[in-house]
Amino acid sequence: MSADGQLTVGLAQVDSALGDRDRNLARHRQWVAQAVDAGVKLLVFPELSLTGYFLRDLVVDSAVRLDGPAMKDLLSLSSDLDVVLGAVIEEPDHRYFNASLYLSRGELVHVHRKVYLPTYGMFDEQRYLASGDRFRSFKTSFGRAGMLVCEDIWHLSSAYILSLESVDMIICPSASPGRGLSTDERLGTAESYNLVCRTYAQFLTTFFLYCNRVGYEDGANFWGGSMVIGPNGDIIAQEEDADEALVVATLDLGDVRRERLANPLLRDERVELTINEMRRAWHERTRKPY
Amino acid sequence: MKCDGHGMSAPASLTEPVFPPLAINPELVRKILVRFIQNEVQKVGFERVVLGLSGGVDSSLVATLASQALGPGNVLAVIMPYKTSDPKSRSDALQVVAQLGINRLEVDITPQIDAYFERFPDAEQKRRGNKMARERMTILYDQSSVFRGLVIGTSNKTELLLGYGTIYGDMASALNPVGDLYKTQVWQLADALGVPTAIVQKAPSADLWAGQSDETELGFAYRMVDQLLYYLVDRRYSKEEAARLGFEPAFIDDIIRRVRDNQYKRRLPVIAKLSSRTVDQEFRYPRDWGH
Repeated sequence: MSADGQLTVGLAQVDSALGDRDRNLARHRQWVAQAVDAGVKLLVFPELSLTGYFLRDLVVDSAVRLDGPAMKDLLSLSSDLDVVLGAVIEEPDHRYFNASLYLSRGELVHVHRKVYLPTYGMFDEQRYLASGDRFRSFKTSFGRAGMLVCEDIWHLSSAYILSLESVDMIICPSASPGRGLSTDERLGTAESYNLVCRTYAQFLTTFFLYCNRVGYEDGANFWGGSMVIGPNGDIIAQEEDADEALVVATLDLGDVRRERLANPLLRDERVELTINEMRRAWHERTRKPY
Repeated sequence: MKCDGHGMSAPASLTEPVFPPLAINPELVRKILVRFIQNEVQKVGFERVVLGLSGGVDSSLVATLASQALGPGNVLAVIMPYKTSDPKSRSDALQVVAQLGINRLEVDITPQIDAYFERFPDAEQKRRGNKMARERMTILYDQSSVFRGLVIGTSNKTELLLGYGTIYGDMASALNPVGDLYKTQVWQLADALGVPTAIVQKAPSADLWAGQSDETELGFAYRMVDQLLYYLVDRRYSKEEAARLGFEPAFIDDIIRRVRDNQYKRRLPVIAKLSSRTVDQEFRYPRDWGH
């Protein structure tokens, strides 16, 4: 972040080779170099950028351990800028998670293990992966941030919880396959994600960085559309197309303060009321005899 | 929804309004499919594709998409008439070849088909038709190794769901760009991409014999069955809900039965399970493994 409160972010809207971690790591290095040249201070890669998405049984072969030798290569990506990348991580107890890692200055700052694993329609994540058990924000050089991976944002509570931790920025790495034909110029999925991401940014008065991948896996197309959204819900930058691209935008971090002065939604949020009502609703639900 | 029974349709008219839920944005679909072909062909180390070009709308559309994706020089259209094929099919196919500037190979399958059926002179038309479809498949896969191109398929979603195709014949391919488009959507896309109007508008036919018509053989019009399939498959309407839209219950039953009875054509052969890690049961890897 420069002294004037500006932050240049980059979204690496990339393709990944399915189950080929070495090739993907090499590609990450190229995109990092390009982002550094473009003055990017925070670079976000898509969900499972290191492995590809529809891994099935490749989950096991593609995983890295946070205490393992592969981490050194990943951490080295962050020597000149902060990096968010997607990987399968294997815990010492041999559970595998779909995770996003926040790396800065050669250190691991935060890990978010995807909580909501889609297992319906074309998705089968719970067959192969364990689900995370928390949403936590963390401090960066640019303010507080929180990460949500793809399906996590389809649950209102996830972004809401992060907002209660006063995040300035929500980062959402994604591997969203495009579907839903109509006469519109975009697929139904693209329309939905635009609506959801902009809604979160505006309701929670926070920056929202959405990085979706491109390419094809077994016929499924990833539609890109990565976007940077301001705390008023406006799209600051977007790659509309499904090509590989580095989306670069310079954020004025003071926008969060100004937006919260103009729309003090966070100030007026009745957290205790919400907790009490949720507890009451939960109790009533669990008291049902059958 | 107005539902006027499921009688024969006239050849698709381009001016006829499209059933709104099946209307597409052709430019968006074109982009996705062109990239699909580039991606799925090139990442496995190929640059070229081979297809059977019948002169019908499905294969003409696939030829057009492949030509845009890979360049006309990287597409080989194999025209494989039998002696009873409609001569117009060949001339339509040649028109597509000329328009796109793609490579062409003609193989008259009459000698090899007739040689086989000399031993089985009583074989009925359907059996002969299936044999022809499989004969064409073996030619495509043989030419595939000569041309160093993947076989690109042309079966649309209507055909796949109804099983209106020959297993290991025209249903065989390495990749298929149009398998998730209903026939009525194929018409829209083909028209928008400049496939000759005469080809888009002619009555769909497997052309196994002169005068054959898909819609006569199936017993209903594509326009009608596509609407029903949309509700049953894409929207998961129940039989009762579909009937409330105006579809005849007997028609609904017939279509549900067809989809069910042809499920085997859409799957790999069933494997007797013995071990604890069986191919396609517990041994689950993506097709694009490592690419």
